[in-house]
Amino acid sequence: MARIHVLFFAALAEAAGERRTELDIEDGAPVERLAGLLAERYPKLGELCRNVAYAVNAEYVERSHPLRDGDEVAIIPPVSGGC
Amino acid sequence: MFEITRDPIDAQRLAESVARPDAGGISIFLGVVRDNNLGRTVDHLEYDAYPEMAERQMRVIAAELRERWPIGEVAMTHRIGRLEIGEASVGIAVSSAHRREAIEACHYAIDRLKQIVPIWKKEVWDDGEEWIEGSLVPQPEATG
Repeated sequence: MARIHVLFFAALAEAAGERRTELDIEDGAPVERLAGLLAERYPKLGELCRNVAYAVNAEYVERSHPLRDGDEVAIIPPVSGGC
Repeated sequence: MFEITRDPIDAQRLAESVARPDAGGISIFLGVVRDNNLGRTVDHLEYDAYPEMAERQMRVIAAELRERWPIGEVAMTHRIGRLEIGEASVGIAVSSAHRREAIEACHYAIDRLKQIVPIWKKEVWDDGEEWIEGSLVPQPEATG
């Protein structure tokens, strides 16, 4: 098993009620599998996770990126910085 | 200078951070909180960010600028937290030997910031609020 640190921002942080959590997942599981696990723990997150990108250790990754123990995963909804 | 900050953006400091003796031009862009959007009156904005990654993505954009234009220095700063109407949320400065490169690179930089830097804006109105969904970051190409 791999223990993953998950970061939430913006609407996802409000829906989750927290900005980070830990969860265990099969070592090497694709990052996109997190969406289903998170929706089980935080029902309000299910809809919000349909349209997101993922970053592992502060780098954007593809959906099939394999997770490893200790990874920090950020769920990235469509960004809206600037003005 | 690439930073996410809770402090007001100082345009003078931003300009000074990219100044150098061989640069004859400094282009600055400031994004400012507007009092309306899509017909609704905006009371104020709140910004959230993933600071470590945002600063890293700003450096990615700076590298893209250098691939495209012969520029001097680049600075990018974005403020987070609560911002009132008229306050600057983002500041970008680019220096170059001649004006054209600095202006074009500055324009490109703010467009890219809105596409790939993990920052989010919430509009707060008199009667509600909403996190704005802007640009979905494209997935990286599979590398094998």
